[in-house]
Amino acid sequence: MSAAPLVSLRAVAKRYATGTLAVRGVDLDIDAGDFVALLGPSGCGKSTLLRMVAGLAAPTGGSILWPGGAAAAKDIGFVFQEPTLMPWATALANVALPLELAGMGRAEAAERAAAMLARVELKGFEAAYPRALSGGMRMRVSIARALVTRPRLLMMDEPFAALDEITRFRLNNDLLRLWEAERFTVLFVTHSVFESVYLARRIVVMAARPGRIEADLPIDAAYPRGEDFRTSAAYAAHCRGVSQALGHAMAVHAG
Amino acid sequence: MSGQAKEAPPRRPPFGLSGEAWLRILAPTIIGLLVLGGWEWVVRVHDIPPYVLPGPVLIAETLVRDWTPLSASLLVTLKITALALLVAASLGLLLAVLFAQSRVVELSLFPYAVILQVTPIVAIAPLIIIWVNDITLSLLICAWIVAFFPILSNTTVGLNSTDHNLLDLFRLYRASRWQVLWRLRLPSAMPYFLSGLRISGGLALIGAIVAEFVAGTGGSASGLAYRILEAGYQLQIPRMFAALVLVSVTGIAIFLALSLVSHLLLRRWHESAMGHGERR
Ligand SMILES: Nc1ncnc2c1ncn2[C@@H]1O[C@H](COP(=O)(O)OP(=O)(O)OP(=O)(O)O)[C@@H](O)[C@H]1O
Ligand SMILES: [Mg+2]
Repeated sequence: MSAAPLVSLRAVAKRYATGTLAVRGVDLDIDAGDFVALLGPSGCGKSTLLRMVAGLAAPTGGSILWPGGAAAAKDIGFVFQEPTLMPWATALANVALPLELAGMGRAEAAERAAAMLARVELKGFEAAYPRALSGGMRMRVSIARALVTRPRLLMMDEPFAALDEITRFRLNNDLLRLWEAERFTVLFVTHSVFESVYLARRIVVMAARPGRIEADLPIDAAYPRGEDFRTSAAYAAHCRGVSQALGHAMAVHAG
Repeated sequence: MSGQAKEAPPRRPPFGLSGEAWLRILAPTIIGLLVLGGWEWVVRVHDIPPYVLPGPVLIAETLVRDWTPLSASLLVTLKITALALLVAASLGLLLAVLFAQSRVVELSLFPYAVILQVTPIVAIAPLIIIWVNDITLSLLICAWIVAFFPILSNTTVGLNSTDHNLLDLFRLYRASRWQVLWRLRLPSAMPYFLSGLRISGGLALIGAIVAEFVAGTGGSASGLAYRILEAGYQLQIPRMFAALVLVSVTGIAIFLALSLVSHLLLRRWHESAMGHGERR
């Protein structure tokens, strides 16, 4: 029905040098412009999968294909669980880093970084050092850095897990707003059923030992989603469905 | 956006104005004055002759009276210390970078750096003085040997403790080896390098003094150690104490100067350079 996916995982497996089989037999197609949440219990290989797609770790089995061409494999933004900013650099310099590493001139990189900071509501904080920013603001800087190159794929590994709930809700909304405006592809790892249902168009539930895909659920609620959606019956129903799938995934592991 | 105030940057207490800061300055000063006063009192009451134990007042007088030769010697010692520290810092940094780039180089050279470190400088100094004809140069080498290791080992640790996620990030953006070193590893190692430098500053002074003691030579360009030896031979004990005071004050000054450099370089981003209250 639709065009070729942005990235295709075929029977992907990863065995670490320690002998741990982190994931096995993962088949997953991710469409361009989609918002996919990866949900699963701790240790089921979500981070491992993400790092393999990002090219930070090599699969020990299967393959990761980029049907649109190999250039797409480099067109990636990554947000870690921690903001992972350079403490000696200002917010602006942190956001400008990917552009400068790619060889862009300082002035142009700074200009684009400043524009990106404004897009994550951090106008006026260009010269601030990470130490002087709150946890939520640091995470915004981290998101700005990941998006400053206008990547086709944005990968986020439990980006808001360390934040308080109010800040997390705000960042959820800001992320959705950015995504609706630019329609990059998102692959979002989370522990939270509620967060995944609120954000994603599709939820991939994983089971552990070895990590594998247990369920693949569409969340067909319309965007823009806001606080109304959070309190709607449809939201509650989706959460129940996803919880059941997750419970099943964990029961399989226990049995 | 609403609620921006909630995320405003946290404020630090004004630097150096707290009661704690005053206590830090006043308490040691009072203790120092009490000890000096007691010392002077004991010397006067018991009529202790100056060649056994001179009082602080006499030492201060001697310091002023003999300032010309003493300050000349101080300058010599300072020059050797500074030069040794400079060479130790640049060579230590360079070697640490080399270690970080190549594991083979690190594994083959690090044991020798350790050997250099654990061998007492008094034991090697005579050899160096024999091998190197020039006294100033041999003092410099001794001071360098003592000052070198903390910088090398600290910087090596610093270069190797770069944040893993940041390394991944640089890899994701296909940064060159040079970019990783220059933009990531070196800045990460900066606090480690600077704390190594602070240790090495004092050690360089000790190295220069010890080596001159071993060399025991006089002449036109002699440092503070020689002044101490000379005063000892001539039983000019007040002068000996005056030279000793200069050595201590120099050591303290070097430490404070390097601490200030470190504070200025790191204050905007590193924990160690935060206010007094936050330091242990
Ligand atoms: N570098 C590594 N070396 C060896 N084993 C590893 C490594 N990284 C992860 N593992 C193992 O692989 C499995 C999957 O780990 P991974 O971090 O991908 O899980 P996760 O789903 O991201 O977990 P969490 O939700 O806790 O972040 C775990 O059993 C883990 O111990
Ligand atoms: Mg993880």
